[in-house]
Amino acid sequence: MSHNAFYTKNLSVYYGEKQAVRKVSMEFPNREVVALIGPSGCGKSTFLRSLNRMNDLIPAARIEGEVWIGGDNICDPNTDVVRLRQRIGMVWQRANPFHKSIYENVAFGARYHGTRNRKELAALVEQCLRKTALWDEVKDRLHQSALALSGGQQQRLCIARSLAVRPSILLMDEPASALDPVSTAKIEELIAELKKDYSIVIVTHNMQQAARISDKTAFFFLGDLIEYDDTQKMFTNPTRKSTDDYISGRFG
Amino acid sequence: MNLPASEVRSAPAAKERRIPKHLAEEWRGRTYVYLCVLIMIVTIFSIVYFIASRGLAPFISHGVSVSEMMFGLEWRPDGEPAVFGALPFLFGSFSTSLLAAVIAAPLGLCASLFMTEIMPKLGKTVLQPGIELLAGIPSVVYGFVGLSVIVPFLRDVFPGLGVGVLAGSLVLSIMILPTVTTVSTDALRSLPRGLKEGSMALGATRWQTISRIILPTLLPSLLTGVVLGIARAFGEALAVQMVIGNAPHIPHSLFESAATLTSIITLSMGNTTSGSLHNNALWSLALMLLLMTFVFVFVVRMLERRVKR
Repeated sequence: MSHNAFYTKNLSVYYGEKQAVRKVSMEFPNREVVALIGPSGCGKSTFLRSLNRMNDLIPAARIEGEVWIGGDNICDPNTDVVRLRQRIGMVWQRANPFHKSIYENVAFGARYHGTRNRKELAALVEQCLRKTALWDEVKDRLHQSALALSGGQQQRLCIARSLAVRPSILLMDEPASALDPVSTAKIEELIAELKKDYSIVIVTHNMQQAARISDKTAFFFLGDLIEYDDTQKMFTNPTRKSTDDYISGRFG
Repeated sequence: MNLPASEVRSAPAAKERRIPKHLAEEWRGRTYVYLCVLIMIVTIFSIVYFIASRGLAPFISHGVSVSEMMFGLEWRPDGEPAVFGALPFLFGSFSTSLLAAVIAAPLGLCASLFMTEIMPKLGKTVLQPGIELLAGIPSVVYGFVGLSVIVPFLRDVFPGLGVGVLAGSLVLSIMILPTVTTVSTDALRSLPRGLKEGSMALGATRWQTISRIILPTLLPSLLTGVVLGIARAFGEALAVQMVIGNAPHIPHSLFESAATLTSIITLSMGNTTSGSLHNNALWSLALMLLLMTFVFVFVVRMLERRVKR
């Protein structure tokens, strides 16, 4: 694989008549964290959701342009979205564990992607829970309901769950914004750890968080990609004035 | 209400010997609601009391034993001596309603999946109004259709006269389809979007998502719909009576005549005099229906508690 994990070319997303994302072209480097920032409704979440074709679930949504991942344009209607979503994990703002046991939550996706052997599956579940630093907290109650976990634990479980299908890319839509500061810190540590193995795209409203955890930052405004650069440069010396205004809290 | 603030405000008004308008309104509204609730509660309790007092009479004043009523196989109200065994009717009621639920549950579930998950647009414009229409058709029409279509069909295809348990179940299954479908559709619509997305994002197909995530998560709600359907089938009288054949014995096959608690009440009530043993025995059947309704309500409550958890 090249230096880039994937890239978009003139990607536009429409909800009915409304254009939510305007011709965004971005490159996402391998094993780096890219933060998407911008005021609410600027299209960053929509953009994120089109990277694994989750917008397919919204009847009025329509995508134009290209997203290239490992030699495939995933916007092609013939794309096998099941395979695609196996390569790209996703985590939401609200943790959404299934109403199943902790073990079953992690094993769920893996079962559909070839890991059926019971021993293998157990090893995979343990590995994913260890990666998300959950193992020590839940190893004695793997077969209890995931809904009994705390919000932060649930969110890490959802990350573990997506790791279990062995993706190379992780999409995170405000993964820590519903969590307390301690849980947030844990998620951030986890992201720093995970970027050794995965390319991560994270939407966040928290400027400090973007500055802390990301390598590159993209600023979206009204559906346009305004500026995209190294995080350090974006936060210290952005090229565009609106980026500076947003980052320093003068609007948005 | 008794908020201190409103007392302060009402003080000068009291001097003018006039109740402030907002307090009068408050009082009127409360009186109105309390009155309606009182009427309802009195009605409910009088109905229960009436059914119970009549329904218990055969046991108390006529010396019919409870076990005879519950487990007796023979129903001969005109015999010498009269025998009141209601087991055939209990069996008829349970077998027709459960069988109806077995037929209607998969149909209703698939209809609601179609409306919520697969083709919401077509479902909302065509299927949902169609199913709501089913709910509005009077039961006598169902019975009539059953008698003119289902019964002749069964008579031609299977041994027997056509009338019987299967005919009753088929008619009932169509009648309870709206209940099952509506409750499961509401349940499916209430599913948090995140669960479905979470599953799809892991690369599960739509069918895997439906069968492994959506249905297990909603199972208590879906069962609620089925139980409500069974309750409705259990209480339906007219349509069943028209197609079941009304023979007071336990049938040996699906194609044999039978009778239900409700059908025997509608059939016999005109031929009895109030206060007679036969009449009171019918009230005992009504009491059984009432008790079963309590059971259904209880089961639905238990399921709802599981939904909330």
